[in-house]
Amino acid sequence: MRILIALCSGLIFGFGLILSGMSNPVKVLGFLDLAGQWDPSLAFVMVGAIATAIVPFQWVMRRQRTLLATTPQLPTSTQIDKRLLIGSLIFGTGWGVAGFCPGPALVAAGAGMPLAILFVVAMLAGMGLFNLIDKRFMNA
Amino acid sequence: MTIDWSQFTPWSSLAGGILIGISVSVLLLWNGRIAGISGVVGGILSRNRNELAERIAFIAGLIIAPGLVWMILERPTVQIDSGIPAIILAGLLVGLGSRLGSGCTSGHGVCGLARLSVRSLVATLTFMAAGFITVYVLRHLLGV
Repeated sequence: MRILIALCSGLIFGFGLILSGMSNPVKVLGFLDLAGQWDPSLAFVMVGAIATAIVPFQWVMRRQRTLLATTPQLPTSTQIDKRLLIGSLIFGTGWGVAGFCPGPALVAAGAGMPLAILFVVAMLAGMGLFNLIDKRFMNA
Repeated sequence: MTIDWSQFTPWSSLAGGILIGISVSVLLLWNGRIAGISGVVGGILSRNRNELAERIAFIAGLIIAPGLVWMILERPTVQIDSGIPAIILAGLLVGLGSRLGSGCTSGHGVCGLARLSVRSLVATLTFMAAGFITVYVLRHLLGV
């Protein structure tokens, strides 16, 4: 059951990314290019997604129970530290270089685009690099 | 700033955003998990192998979505302007940064903001600012 839910959620997420235009890096870069010919569309993606999710999220957070009667696993950290800021800076820089963030990259790779597949491989390498750094320096 | 009206797609972007909102809500309502793509993928890579099947199923959904759209409707538009070195650099930065910062556009930008998390708001403003600045530097200062 949980696996089926996860598959459906991934599918709907993918459809959303395609319909919204987020899975198209040229469109994402058009949104990030404030000084050029700006395409504000992707602000509508964020607004639509957050406005839809906010009520179910607040409901689950208050209830602390899922519809399958389990306890939801929600992030507990509220700390704004160097890791969060440096990580977000690095991520945003990479996003601005090619117009891909993780979800759209997986969708574009699924569409069979060779450069998107290359991006996903590099992204996995970047995550692997994080695991190495994390193990070596941060939890020592 | 000039708005590029020819590319502006408010309705399909809003509708796509609503689908994304439904997707993350479904995963939280039933499975009690946050649909953060970098976290789901990172969890598959790390030694923390709990819920591996669920994580793989979610990612599989993302990957087969374009094929289904292609079969039923039309080929999804994916235009990539970057060269191979830029793609590799961008992928490394996105992978490393999203894990170090504990989230990306989905985990912080959608789920975190729907949780009304200040931490996620700070992360989202930070990576969006970095994205805006990077595109400004590359396109308007370096002319890449």
